[in-house]
Amino acid sequence: MNHLELLTFARGNALNWALMLFAAGVVLRLFEIFSLGRKADLSKPRANSPGSGWRTVLTRSLPAEGMLKRDPVTYISGYVFHVGLFLAIFFLAPHIEFFRSMTGLRWPNLPTPLVDASVVAAMVALGVLLAHRLNNPVKRMLSGIGDYVAWGATFLPLLTGYMAYHHLFVEYTLMLSLHLFSVELLLVLLPFTKLFHTFSLFISRWYNGDIFGRKGVAS
Amino acid sequence: MKNTQQTKILPGTVGEGLAQRGVTRREFLKYCTSLAALLALPPAMAGVMAEAISKARRQSVIWLSFQECTGCTESITRSHSPTLENLIFDMISLDYHHTLQAASGDAAEHARLQSMKDNEGKYLLIVDGSIPMGNPGYSAIAGISNHDMLVETAKGAAAIVAVGTCATYGGIPMANPNPTGAVSVSDIIKDKPIINVPGCPPIPVVMTGVLAHFLTFGGIPELDALGRPKSFYGETIHDRCYRRPFYDQGKFAETFDDEAARNGWCLFKLGCKGPVTYNACATTKWNDGTSFPIESGHGCIGCSEPKFWDAGPFYKALSMPVSATTAMLGAAAVAGAAAGVAITWHNRSTKAAAKASHETVTVQDLAREGK
Repeated sequence: MNHLELLTFARGNALNWALMLFAAGVVLRLFEIFSLGRKADLSKPRANSPGSGWRTVLTRSLPAEGMLKRDPVTYISGYVFHVGLFLAIFFLAPHIEFFRSMTGLRWPNLPTPLVDASVVAAMVALGVLLAHRLNNPVKRMLSGIGDYVAWGATFLPLLTGYMAYHHLFVEYTLMLSLHLFSVELLLVLLPFTKLFHTFSLFISRWYNGDIFGRKGVAS
Repeated sequence: MKNTQQTKILPGTVGEGLAQRGVTRREFLKYCTSLAALLALPPAMAGVMAEAISKARRQSVIWLSFQECTGCTESITRSHSPTLENLIFDMISLDYHHTLQAASGDAAEHARLQSMKDNEGKYLLIVDGSIPMGNPGYSAIAGISNHDMLVETAKGAAAIVAVGTCATYGGIPMANPNPTGAVSVSDIIKDKPIINVPGCPPIPVVMTGVLAHFLTFGGIPELDALGRPKSFYGETIHDRCYRRPFYDQGKFAETFDDEAARNGWCLFKLGCKGPVTYNACATTKWNDGTSFPIESGHGCIGCSEPKFWDAGPFYKALSMPVSATTAMLGAAAVAGAAAGVAITWHNRSTKAAAKASHETVTVQDLAREGK
């Protein structure tokens, strides 16, 4: 199998299976979460707090008072990584073409050098976060194999995409295939690892905000 | 080497042919300089080439055409440097070529056999077209199957040049579902040096440049992993494309005739396969350096790559899936939902069973057990 055939496979059957497992996995996990259900809260709400859940979705995206000073590495690297990854996934022209082919939707792309810089920033931030995780005793203790797998699965598409764009070390067609395979690995792992927070994050925030609002705790 | 230097003209050599045609040494050196540049050789090599070519005997060439469209021959007849006339009269002796030779039938086949006999171990074999491995009747010449003619003719060849994507990698005849069982030259011949010059068709100067290299150095040029001369196939179309800066800036044409396309913006979104195609179109160009497909407004279709015909739609961007559809994702989501229902049902029935089997224990029961 030559490099172009490998790329055709990566864009073809491999991608089809990865996308199907991703779609099925995400729906399955969401179904699982929602179908768990909660017992009806029969108590009278302590405070009338409409929109508490929605407010929490936003407020939890900001560091709690004093936390930024206490743990700047986690917060700053976390922001840089997430923003960088978001820009790379949704604002690189070839990626928008991918989304357009699947959804019919399109939006303006960012200049490639800007996306390139955001990818570098995201990779550096991921490196810092890994080093911090390994050096901080509390974080290290809390980390399991799943965390490192999630880190690797997120880092690989960034690295391979960067290497493909800059023609580093490996022939472009092969590198592009490897980039697609790394994305496919991420797609397959996402529903079944902590990476599922991409979907569950806002659901759980809303729930926490809502339930605590009923209990009289400010969101 | 000075231009004024006289070289002894030997009978039967290219030099003699040049002298007879009134080609001056200055003109010949000029030609060799452009050839050296084409082959990515240092300028100093021009003199060496001139010396080697003028002393070389006219190379015997046998050209076999199998499952092809004659596009490769059409292309080489439009070569400009050297022109086909130059190539045939000055540098090679084209002893057999269906389309170009005057002879036909037995006389043509006789010419091939005679050339093979006279130049045993020295002739160059050029092949265009793929070879059907299914029914031999799919493609035969003078009652001889393509496979047998290739094997027979390759036996005494010094080297083989496979021109066109059909001969190099199977090309369009090999495209799915490959009805004739087409294969490439290198799938059959394993014991001869093979130079692959792919393209649909290949660039004329690439074909003639490879022949000139063989004549000059008597061997094959440095090849890449797919058997292509690195001097012509060392870089992708994309990397040498004049529209490349627009790709880097994220500026793309959305349709073939929009303002962006006319302004020379990148054709990536329109399906250009330049980023994964190795060829010299963007540098040597076509029609005597006039332009190349991307310059004419159409994306590269990747014709010099193996299996390019089956590498996804021509008009889909490289970052688009080859065959994934929204309906497919919808079906997967429905399957996920069905699995979710099954899991929910399982969870709830486990919960209900636990609830049903729960026995209430009273204080009296515990007291009795205590005794």
